[in-house]
Amino acid sequence: MMDLVELTAAQAAAAIGRGDLAARELFDFYRDRAAADELNAFTWVAQESPEAGDGPLGGVPLAVKDLFCTAGVPSQSGSRILEGYRPPYTATVVERLARAGAPLLAKTNQDEFAMGSSTENSGFGPTLNPWDRTRVPGGSSGGSAAAVAAGLAPWAIGTDTGGSIRQPAALCGIVGLKPTYGAVSRYGMIAFASSLDQAGPLTRDVSDAALLLMQMVGARDPRDATSLDYPGSVSLPARTDLHGIRLGVPTELSSDGIEPGVLGAFAASLELARQLGASVETCQLPHAAHALAAYYVLAPAEASSNLARFDGVRYGLRAQDATDLLDMYTRTRHDGFGAEVKRRIMLGTYALSSGYYEAYYGRAQRVRTLIARDFAATFEHFDFVVTPTAPGVAFELGAKTADPYAMYLNDICTVPASLAGIPAISIPNGMAAPPGGGKSLPVGLQLIGPAFSEDRLLSAAFALEQALGFDGRAARR
Amino acid sequence: MIDRDTVLHVARLARLELSEEEVARLTIELGAVLEHIETISRLDLEGVPPTSHVIDVTGALRADEPEPCLPRERALESAPEVLDDGFAVPSPQA
Amino acid sequence: MSELEAVIGLEIHTQLKTRTKMFCGCELSFGEPPNTRTCPVCLGLPGALPVANARAIHFALMIGLALGCEVAPRSIFHRKNYFYPDLPKGYQISQYDEPICSGGELAGVRLHRVHLEEDAAKLIHVGESGRIHGSQRSVVDFNRGGTPLVEIVTEPELRSPGHAREWLTLLRATLRSLGVSDVNMEEGSLRADANVSLRPVGTSVLGTKTELKNMNSFRFIERGIAAEIERQRQIIESGGAVEQETLHFDPSSGRLSSLRSKEEAEDYRYFPEPDLIPIATTDEMVSAARADIGELPLDRAKRFEADLGLNADGARNLAFRGELGDYFERVLGSTGAEHAVAVANWIGQLVARIGDADPADTNVTPQAFGALVMLVGSRAVSGAAAREVLDVLVAEGGDPQAIIDARGLGSLSRKDGDLATIVARAIAADPSASERVRAGNDKAIGALVGAVMRETRGRADGAEVTRLIHEQLAT
Ligand SMILES: [Mg+2]
Ligand SMILES: [Zn+2]
Repeated sequence: MMDLVELTAAQAAAAIGRGDLAARELFDFYRDRAAADELNAFTWVAQESPEAGDGPLGGVPLAVKDLFCTAGVPSQSGSRILEGYRPPYTATVVERLARAGAPLLAKTNQDEFAMGSSTENSGFGPTLNPWDRTRVPGGSSGGSAAAVAAGLAPWAIGTDTGGSIRQPAALCGIVGLKPTYGAVSRYGMIAFASSLDQAGPLTRDVSDAALLLMQMVGARDPRDATSLDYPGSVSLPARTDLHGIRLGVPTELSSDGIEPGVLGAFAASLELARQLGASVETCQLPHAAHALAAYYVLAPAEASSNLARFDGVRYGLRAQDATDLLDMYTRTRHDGFGAEVKRRIMLGTYALSSGYYEAYYGRAQRVRTLIARDFAATFEHFDFVVTPTAPGVAFELGAKTADPYAMYLNDICTVPASLAGIPAISIPNGMAAPPGGGKSLPVGLQLIGPAFSEDRLLSAAFALEQALGFDGRAARR
Repeated sequence: MIDRDTVLHVARLARLELSEEEVARLTIELGAVLEHIETISRLDLEGVPPTSHVIDVTGALRADEPEPCLPRERALESAPEVLDDGFAVPSPQA
Repeated sequence: MSELEAVIGLEIHTQLKTRTKMFCGCELSFGEPPNTRTCPVCLGLPGALPVANARAIHFALMIGLALGCEVAPRSIFHRKNYFYPDLPKGYQISQYDEPICSGGELAGVRLHRVHLEEDAAKLIHVGESGRIHGSQRSVVDFNRGGTPLVEIVTEPELRSPGHAREWLTLLRATLRSLGVSDVNMEEGSLRADANVSLRPVGTSVLGTKTELKNMNSFRFIERGIAAEIERQRQIIESGGAVEQETLHFDPSSGRLSSLRSKEEAEDYRYFPEPDLIPIATTDEMVSAARADIGELPLDRAKRFEADLGLNADGARNLAFRGELGDYFERVLGSTGAEHAVAVANWIGQLVARIGDADPADTNVTPQAFGALVMLVGSRAVSGAAAREVLDVLVAEGGDPQAIIDARGLGSLSRKDGDLATIVARAIAADPSASERVRAGNDKAIGALVGAVMRETRGRADGAEVTRLIHEQLAT
């Protein structure tokens, strides 16, 4: 008999395709696992298996981050202000994937409105890391990452604004891909920062990521003005070497503030890449040091505006017994938003307010230009930029909640590609002990490519993945 | 640096009620975060254009063709207070 | 104290007559039941995204080109952030420092900009709710929310309330001729705000300005501005300072009340709308917009003057109220252009009877109207009798000749022996006037003509009567 939990999504799809496995059996298997979840990875799990459809994804069920709107199914973006909200429509990408044969299995926990790097900011309680339940899974797509790593879902989608797919993928020992901005429709994604948000796959391996991404990109969505016809195509990766591939290592993102264990794993993987035939050289991203600052102006500014619609008028929470309109607004938003969301709304409102716009928002947009230029210049000489995905391994629950900026530093390696709108993938890069010692935890390796280079990026990631041979079984027990 | 009055002013713009404790904490936290963000004020950005759309797309417009609307029950189904087939709120004039 | 002059600027919002809303596929609403023309986008549901309506951009370009604006090759949308129940997203998508059109001029008044934005929803005050005891409720209907709007902002170059009204009339006619809006102030498809300040005559400094919001008729605009000028004049002349504020004019009381003052001035935190990409205005888009612009009212007035011989005022009266111009040209279709001046004069008579209504919506068909003007021209009916016929046409419609016949309103002429008899009676009744006419005093004939007209109830032809009087007195 097949051990279903050990099948990758691609293997499961193939088994269904061959008739060795019924789609409904797989769905029920994962529904039961998800329902028995002890990690608080889910905010909703399907009651019934859907009618088996056929499609290239074979009927392999999908876990979807809470912030994707799903008709009639709670879509709360991890926030109490949207508790129990069931939208009347479904996000384009969820609809596309369902049509392609990946039916909705569950909605996954996340940091409230995707603001956070640990999933501790969820209005529905934190998600635990399956490798060590005293630690965070990363965030904001922590529920998706933990569910896939723990084998509670075959695969998942999440969203990445400044690292929210890549960083939890790294901390949970799975693959996470943030596509080129505009490659995947944002219609139906409850927005955090519109100019940065992008949906992508969180999967057990690179092949699964490619399989899912293939169905996420394609013809532009007429409902999302910022979406694009995807140029070229995404194929299943098969490459096993890196001959002729030039990897650039930016000193700015691979030294300061990074844990020794992470740096050790990073150095080992660079050596492995050389053995696979890649050239590895230092590259310069001179403005990368300012990326975090620019990001923490732009993202909160957009968020402050995106979250203005949560006003207690049309949906969601409303404070009771308001004395007047202003009272209704301010108390609804006081009661409904968590501490981090309030912090970012305040930061973003301040950055856009009269007299400060140019100093903050205007300057941050110019820094963004410089960062995009840095990457463009680098890609004239390199195929990909490689960095550690996160500066450390999974940290303990509560370790960084007291110091917002310490939490923001988690995004230091992921934010530059977000600002430039270019694709980046995180793959498991072995294990490393946390700074204080203790049992080893997953580490991530990030590859960043030029806009629309997903196919090549997946190929290179696949070659490295095969050579690295990461074993994630421990998390699925 | 950000002071208590600024925090209160910004909170009012954002329609956020803050407890005394929140005001005190945010004054400190925002000040600390802004200190880190200030690093970009030292960069020379003369002549650098701002980027608001990172991938250059133009012309994604919609033809002026009707699409089905939501049935009213669906439009109103999540509303906290419904009155006369509409979304009821405390009167702004009150 | 030196004399003060008013400096007036106008900000006009006009709803575009597209089929669907600015950023979603909901059809525009015309009195449908509340909240039946909504979707995730115009309800501001989480996750919904706007996509701009191509025809709204086309209409905005037509307006900009018709007003002589410069068209921006690239323009962007901004978010204007503020909280109000009629604004579902907590921001209005509008344009800010890169509008689609800027500059331009209409009848000597320069324009600052022309831009696109979305309309707010409708907020209906329902008073005390039965369900929530002791609370005043308002209800939001999102049918109107997201209707495309073009905002037109003038430079502060209007000189008086009358000038503002006259200019707005021309602007409305211009928009109407483009077919891009219903331009109906009562229904809110055309709305105007005015900025008013005073300054000493001959200076160029701008005083503190106030904003008069949403006046919903041309008359109220004129009166509201006049009232505000007077209010500011009194403040300044008594040594006070005008405060920057937003005011509401109540036409029934003639009073101005403050909506919000400077202290609570909003901070709109404009920033580029990240959900929309820039509008790239191509040459093809500009040519297509230009091709859809028909004759504009100013050009029409010139044509009425030059080709049809109307005087300047007459030409403008018809051309600046497009519906009158249209009716005028339809009447000329039946009378021939040689009767243009007479038709124009008689349209004045018609307007005196129907006011602001569109003549096309009245009982008076252009054919009937033309026939009446022709009957006057051929002296088959006198002017006074024709006015009576027009009253009947306005009231019940019908054919002028039939009305004349039925009511015996036809001209009395030489052929009618009666007229000579009536003239003879008038001469006999007023020997002194008759004597003076005989003595060569032509003015004295007025009394005799008047007597004949009274007797015939205006049906006699004046010239014919004059001729008969001279004839009879000469014998
Ligand atoms: Mg406006
Ligand atoms: Zn709509």
